[in-house]
Amino acid sequence: MTAQPLLDVNDLTVEFTTRRGIVKAVQHVNISVAKGETLGIVGESGSGKSVTSYAVMRILDRAGRIAEGSVMFSGIDVKAASESEMRDLRGREISMIFQNPRAALNPIRKVGDQIEDVLRQHVQSAASDRGEKAIEALEQVKIARPRERYHAYPFELSGGMCQRVVIALALACNPQLLIADEPTTGLDVTTQKAVMDLIVELTKRRHMSTILITHDLGLAAAYCNRVVVMEKGRVVETAKSADIFARPEHPYTRKLMRATPRIGVSLRDLLPEEEAAVSPRAPTVMAGLDPAIHQSSEGMDPRVKPGGDDLAKSLLTVEKLVKEYPRQGASAVLSKLFSRKPPVETEVFRAVDGISFHVGRGESVGLVGESGCGKSTTSMMVMRLLDQTSGRIVFDGEEIGAIMPQAFARLPQRKSIQMVFQDPTDSLNPRFTAARAIADPIIQLGDIRGRDALRARCEKLADMVGLPINLLDRFPHQLSGGQKARVGIARAIALHPKLVILDEPTAALDVSVQAVVLNLLQDLKASMGMSYLFVSHDLNVVRLLCDRVIVMRAGRIVEQGSSERVLGDPQDAYTKELLTAIPHPPLPV
Amino acid sequence: MLTMIGKRLMFAIPSLIGVVIVTFLLTRALPGDPAAYFAGPAASKEAIEQIRKKLGFDKPLIEQFFRYTSDLAHGDFGTSLTTGQPVATEIRNRLPASAELTLLGLIISVSIAIPLGVLAATRPGSWIDHLCRVTTTAGVSLPVFFTGLVLVYLFYFRLGWSPAPLGRLDVFYSAPAHVTGFYLIDALIARDFETFRSALSQLILPAATLAIFSLAPIARMTRASMLAVLASDFVRTARASGLSPSTVIVTYAFRNAMLPVITTLSMVFSFLLGANVLVEKVFAWPGIGSYAVEALISSDFAPVQGFVLTMAVMYVLLNLFIDILYGVIDPRVRLEG
Repeated sequence: MTAQPLLDVNDLTVEFTTRRGIVKAVQHVNISVAKGETLGIVGESGSGKSVTSYAVMRILDRAGRIAEGSVMFSGIDVKAASESEMRDLRGREISMIFQNPRAALNPIRKVGDQIEDVLRQHVQSAASDRGEKAIEALEQVKIARPRERYHAYPFELSGGMCQRVVIALALACNPQLLIADEPTTGLDVTTQKAVMDLIVELTKRRHMSTILITHDLGLAAAYCNRVVVMEKGRVVETAKSADIFARPEHPYTRKLMRATPRIGVSLRDLLPEEEAAVSPRAPTVMAGLDPAIHQSSEGMDPRVKPGGDDLAKSLLTVEKLVKEYPRQGASAVLSKLFSRKPPVETEVFRAVDGISFHVGRGESVGLVGESGCGKSTTSMMVMRLLDQTSGRIVFDGEEIGAIMPQAFARLPQRKSIQMVFQDPTDSLNPRFTAARAIADPIIQLGDIRGRDALRARCEKLADMVGLPINLLDRFPHQLSGGQKARVGIARAIALHPKLVILDEPTAALDVSVQAVVLNLLQDLKASMGMSYLFVSHDLNVVRLLCDRVIVMRAGRIVEQGSSERVLGDPQDAYTKELLTAIPHPPLPV
Repeated sequence: MLTMIGKRLMFAIPSLIGVVIVTFLLTRALPGDPAAYFAGPAASKEAIEQIRKKLGFDKPLIEQFFRYTSDLAHGDFGTSLTTGQPVATEIRNRLPASAELTLLGLIISVSIAIPLGVLAATRPGSWIDHLCRVTTTAGVSLPVFFTGLVLVYLFYFRLGWSPAPLGRLDVFYSAPAHVTGFYLIDALIARDFETFRSALSQLILPAATLAIFSLAPIARMTRASMLAVLASDFVRTARASGLSPSTVIVTYAFRNAMLPVITTLSMVFSFLLGANVLVEKVFAWPGIGSYAVEALISSDFAPVQGFVLTMAVMYVLLNLFIDILYGVIDPRVRLEG
């Protein structure tokens, strides 16, 4: 380490002018990055980790400003530099990679042109060989057939490929510092590993420094030399990553680490120490619990509860389920209308390719796989929101696969299959209060009539999911992410369903909130005797919540069995690949 | 590309047939008897009956319709009863007048509104943002006949800068040789700069009136869509890569922001083309809007049908043009072509 750090953030305070006065997003933050070092900034949403990095590049939006402190980048005072000096720094000396790569690229400009824009701005090459340089940049990030991809638009590339393009863009001018702001959030684990390995390889080779901003402790631990933990705009702990995981000093760091799902712990272990002893739910609900189930979920590992392995007892049986989509778009239909030629045999894409599985009563089954593997399509068909091409879906002894999705909404079975959606914000009507959202299925399908009875039911449901009664009259934008997730769960269980399909219910939540919500789901399942079909790409979460796991790839099931067996001793090569891709933090148990 | 255009045109045929049927029925359903109207108030019952027979209105509706459509198929739009001229000729003469006025109005409007909207979006809360807001609000809230009259009062009556608002050309000039029907262009082709100047001076006030009116939707749309694009992730990426503000605004923000603006533009254009009757009235402009309204008042079926059909064809062509333009700007649209 050289004596002079590449980046030195000293006593940084960033203020935002809002309608409700000045908000300090970052307060008295000290961060330094040495040459060639990889620094992780870890924190949950609202911790100020992104704002800090924006302040370093001085790309805060209009309302934000550096109020106090200094940012020195290799001898340049970022706070005092002129706008044109800053422009020369950005992209040439300091580059940034963003979350959501597809949105980070101009949708109507060829990726090659976008890379050339940066090269032109920083006069990195003569106009004649700029195209070659851009292709070389694409080659560097290991994009296959870079010469073709040069002419591609972002929408023609996959998420992982787009992130490679963003990396190529960021590294095109050989910067000294790379800031990666949640670079792999929303990508599949194997893609995440590939992208992170690529970043590390490229930055190592060029002796660059990296700041990795993430909410994922495991990721930070696996890839960083040092880690800075931030909470509510302040740095609470800075240490070498080996040390911070072995001996976390600050209570917040410990809480974060406890909440991170990992091997060898139960769901209860994720909760903060003081809460782990008591249930996260209101005591009134606990009183209504079957003591035996209560004990089992409290005392021993809930995963080892007997599942419905017996097919006869199973709640849901899916046999040879297939969903095909025509490959051609709407234009094919039009040409068919007008051309006299016999229609060409349309090529079909099998999103789900003949899968069979079952879900027992009171069992929770995890459906895992990467994006595009057909897990969501499967859940939509079971949910009867989508018609299958062939195959049988038997629910509670009755064949429901033959029922058209439109007709299913009027049948009594509709009540028995409910769903919790991925995005707690988007899945709530912004003009409904929490109470109205929870009451919605009851109004549509339930038998409770009358304002007071409905209200009482909503309050009971809110109580069950641990949502304070006084929040019931709020609108979604007035609720936090965790509270919105609770509203979504309350809505799903409002009609006492037998099967709840959980589509990545915690993917948008912070780890500490995720820990609470997962425990809530576990308790609700125990007390209401529901079955879960848990769709997720997070194997660690599946391991904690599910009795059995189904691993899907390209529309087929590659492996299924008990969570312990599949995730502990995987047989299929693909399952192994998924498991090794998860970054394992050196966490103390 | 060509197959796409062909397909689109084929899809327009059913809607055009629908337009033919609906306008035919609607004009027949209108109150008022054209025969009685043309016979005059003093005409006897027999005279009215005779006129009706002559016009073919005594035949059953279905027969009238078939005759109408077979005429249409031969390019015959019928004859106006008020002017005695074939409708096709009149529309051919009047459409360029309306189109020239609307186009110039729109060009003026776009060349003010888009920079105004862009500037307002890049400097929210500044004086130019307020100017944008005030101008657009004033533009929509003032009715066109009012702004038209104020302009005439100011520039013709008070200042005497512009000629009398009496049609497309001053009486001393004759229309340039017909090439496009747009006097400005025809005069340039004929190298007759005197006529060009005269035509322009006649055109500028009504065009300005239209521009003031159509400024608002275009400027507002530009501002809103620029603001949305400037807040998007890829603009942040562009800024974080150190691109200059002009590159960020023009290449990254503006091109993306133009997509909704183009849609607005097409709506404004088609609206102005057929609906600027008031402006045409104020400036005695021989356009198709006033022609259609006069025909409607006198229950003169043929021009009304001709007008509606012409407008329908214009809409189809305009939409096609906009879709092609969309495809040029946005590669994502091309896929579905």
